[in-house]
Amino acid sequence: MSQDHSPQRASSLSMIITLGVVAMLSGLLVVLTWQLTLAPIQENQRIMIEKAIFQVIPEATQRRTYQIKNNSLTPYDSHKSNAGKNRKNNSALLFYAAYDDRGQLKGIAAEAAAQGYADMVRLLYGYDPQCQCIRGFSVIKMTETPGLGDKILTDQAFLANFSALDARLDKAHNTLAHRIVTVKHGSKKQAWEIDAISGATITSKAVGKAINQGAEQLLPRLYPYLSQLQTLNASATKPSHNKKGTVINHAD
Amino acid sequence: MPIKEDNKITADTFLDGIWKENPVFVMLLGMCPVLAVTNSVSNALAMGLATTFVLLCSSSLISLLRHLIPKEVRIATYIVIIATFVTITDYVIQAVSLELYNALGAFIQLIVVNCMILGRAEAYACKHHLLKTIVNSLGMGLGFTFALLCLGSVRELLGNGSLLGYAIFGDSFQPWVVMVLPPGGFIVLGTWLLLFNWLKERKINNEKNSSNTFANDKGVA
Repeated sequence: MSQDHSPQRASSLSMIITLGVVAMLSGLLVVLTWQLTLAPIQENQRIMIEKAIFQVIPEATQRRTYQIKNNSLTPYDSHKSNAGKNRKNNSALLFYAAYDDRGQLKGIAAEAAAQGYADMVRLLYGYDPQCQCIRGFSVIKMTETPGLGDKILTDQAFLANFSALDARLDKAHNTLAHRIVTVKHGSKKQAWEIDAISGATITSKAVGKAINQGAEQLLPRLYPYLSQLQTLNASATKPSHNKKGTVINHAD
Repeated sequence: MPIKEDNKITADTFLDGIWKENPVFVMLLGMCPVLAVTNSVSNALAMGLATTFVLLCSSSLISLLRHLIPKEVRIATYIVIIATFVTITDYVIQAVSLELYNALGAFIQLIVVNCMILGRAEAYACKHHLLKTIVNSLGMGLGFTFALLCLGSVRELLGNGSLLGYAIFGDSFQPWVVMVLPPGGFIVLGTWLLLFNWLKERKINNEKNSSNTFANDKGVA
């Protein structure tokens, strides 16, 4: 029976060849585009992060990027090391110190991420060392439902949570004194609780979870260096082995 | 079975997609992005152009390869080709503007499953030569963009009081927020469909009437 159909059927080999060639061709095209667009995309991301930093720490006018790695604080050069690689490396913690015109530390910004409704919600939160609290956050990337999940950026009642969200460290400076948690809409009682948006609970929870994870990880390790970061000059000239080039200046 | 190719390119090859076979208003294809990203004019325009680009490139390539692709694996091949161009679009939009990329969210990647594009590949590109396919997909793509703009402009105007981000109404305007939310998409789409079908029906009726009178005239003569 199968013999009767064979003249009309393409041979398996020709199917395999067609699919193989098309897949190779598409692979080539995708890699080519990726290479061509990589530089502009990274530049765009840098500009966006910079904008986000100045949004969460409004008093700041310039910023420096640092990383804490192997218990030492070093300026971070985004041109030298691949940003994507470093983000995955858990031992290196990346953060941005934001300063005002006179070089006074205004706040620390760092990235955090948690699973939202559709995908990971990646955000940048601003930490104020003076009051030991989170002063605001800005979304770097999310694919939450338009009109529901993206309310976390516009809902005034939700944003009011971040006027001074408590992020004090415990006495031993090992972890947060209170975990930052998202609570059901209308039941916020403590300074470290985030009042969820009704109708966008999952996204609200993702924000709380991301900030909690990020702060729990970064703040205890950041604590010993805070005095060092206090003014711009002291920190910029700190380690003697750093050549001038490694201290990056992305300030606008 | 050899496929008969009609090689003539007429104005209809292009205009079909814009009016007579408009993918949104007539064929009701690709409704997902139509409803989801038309809450502002700039989103609608970007989505329309991105889809047009993917449609144009994938249809052209499929048309070029139409004699080489065995029909048993054609769908798989089409999807690989479409996915390639979607990925390229994805990277290019990221390079142009991350804000736009974030505004469009997952819908850029979802162009892959836009049934209009696969539909064009299956119904048109694999049966017609390159030039005709290009003209037709350009028409289809622009028709799709036109439809998105129809929705986007109404929704932004009523829901936000602006067009392309510029405020049109004064401060006293109370935005009709439901229009930029999902229900607004359905309401506006339904209203446009009503309008277009009404126009179509009227045209058909007019033609019927005129041909009737014509026949009557003949009969009298």
